[in-house]
Amino acid sequence: MASQWLPIDQLAANVQSGNTKAQELVEQALTTIASKTEYNAIIATTEDRARERAAAIDAKVAKGENAGRLAGVPFIAKDNFLVYGAETTAASNMLRGFVAPYQSSVIEKLEAEGAICVAKANLDAFAHGASTENSDFFTTKNPHDVTRVPGGSSGGSAAAVVLDLAPFALGTDTGGSIRQPASFSGCVGYKPTYGVVSRSGVVAMASSTDVVGPLTRTVQDTALVMDIIAGRDDLDSTTIEREPAGYLVPNDANSIKGQKIGIIKEYMGEGLSANVKTVIQDAVAKLKAAGAEIVEVSLPSLPLALAVYYIICPAELSSNLSRYDGQRYGHANPDAANLDDSYTGARGTGFGKEAKRRIMIGTYVLSSGYYDAYYKKAQTVRTKLIQEFDQAFKEVNFMLGPVAPTTAFKIGENANDPLQMYLSDVMTVAANLVGNPAISLPAGISNGLPVGLQLMAPQRADRALLTLAKQTEELL
Amino acid sequence: MSKLTKEDILKLARLARLQLTEAEVDKYAVELSEILQYVEQLSSVDVTGLEPTNQVTGLVNVTRADEIKSYGYSPLDLRKNLPSIENDQIKVKRMIG
Repeated sequence: MASQWLPIDQLAANVQSGNTKAQELVEQALTTIASKTEYNAIIATTEDRARERAAAIDAKVAKGENAGRLAGVPFIAKDNFLVYGAETTAASNMLRGFVAPYQSSVIEKLEAEGAICVAKANLDAFAHGASTENSDFFTTKNPHDVTRVPGGSSGGSAAAVVLDLAPFALGTDTGGSIRQPASFSGCVGYKPTYGVVSRSGVVAMASSTDVVGPLTRTVQDTALVMDIIAGRDDLDSTTIEREPAGYLVPNDANSIKGQKIGIIKEYMGEGLSANVKTVIQDAVAKLKAAGAEIVEVSLPSLPLALAVYYIICPAELSSNLSRYDGQRYGHANPDAANLDDSYTGARGTGFGKEAKRRIMIGTYVLSSGYYDAYYKKAQTVRTKLIQEFDQAFKEVNFMLGPVAPTTAFKIGENANDPLQMYLSDVMTVAANLVGNPAISLPAGISNGLPVGLQLMAPQRADRALLTLAKQTEELL
Repeated sequence: MSKLTKEDILKLARLARLQLTEAEVDKYAVELSEILQYVEQLSSVDVTGLEPTNQVTGLVNVTRADEIKSYGYSPLDLRKNLPSIENDQIKVKRMIG
């Protein structure tokens, strides 16, 4: 796909050298955003803030100072990232009008390197969903077919990248929410190892699986963004040490040859649509031709992963959403007769249908008498899954499969059947439960719609995965 | 298979402090029952000898020095989002008495 933006490192170099003004790049992004509003990718721009920052960066450059590795590069953040001074809604009525009093560590890091947030992207409210149809505001449209969803929950971010609104976007992936929209909309979507990127200042969903990651046009851009955002953060005690070497991958033509890659048997079976299967098989043939040793791997507990996820995720999010009580921030119920009504009224009207659904499932599976049978059992089956992944990664270096069972579905197709909607996560949730890194690469177009190829590596092998992904991208 | 009744939903709504309409209660009873039926497939899984996984990093007792660090933010920023404020204090409903 032809883009109006140079690769991110070149954009930054041009700004640092004075050849391009950061202010020009910001205007370019804002103009493009304004010209494509019919896709509903964006909730709001942060134009004043962006223009101020751009002017400051240009001033820095004029004085001969270092403006950072991402100097002047515009980006779009999913609206569950707190951006200081900007409205941050998580696409929910609960946070409509909420102005972030601090900002996410990732935004902080990107801004410290000169990047400029120009807009907040649409998502399923509180990241609960796989299509953006659960946004309390509007549904984003797939750039390839406006009657279809872009995927979710980072659907706005994926659409923004494909629509060329900005050089890159940020998303979050709790059960597939970066990879699935990347697959449906046609861009690169990266889910890092859990703990590599700080979640501080990102609206929490399921704390044991949430990760932050970039959506970009190329793997090279993803690697650069990862280089900036990865690393331990005192504000997020679940962060781990990052790999010391940079994620920027060298041009290593030999990184496919000799690699042992396992096709995940359980992802290639009955549930997979024929058109997606064909694209994946073509990709496998290309990897084989490039010298990869392709084998089949089986993870027998994979069919259980979705059930495990839909116990753990609602449980954890029900806890994380208990902070929205209408007392200190967020939607309130000021006319309530008493304290209790001020809680239940604020939460009853501030939360959308899916949020309430998930909160209640979570409450149920954590409640007295049910905790052992549901939550504890799910966390134990999770252990089984982790062990199977560990075992598989002793046999192979990487694993591959599709990202989703189908290409983008029609808007409204799954809207009335929550369980059917959950099934679109069936191939992505395992990586969230295990914590290992996974990427969706555009692998082809089928009947006019993008298909993503999923590559996975063991936990903490992000650099190796990005290296493989870069070489694979060149084949596809 | 767990079939949730109207009473079950009302109980969950109570625990989660959610005000629901009649129609919502009826609808959620159906939807949540379907979802629970799906996840109940885990009940037959043999997990003998396995411990639950609560987190995947393996981190234990992450600590930091007990020092005050300024991030440059102001408490005044918090005021912007308060639903109800009086004399620089957050105003809430009566809790006692």
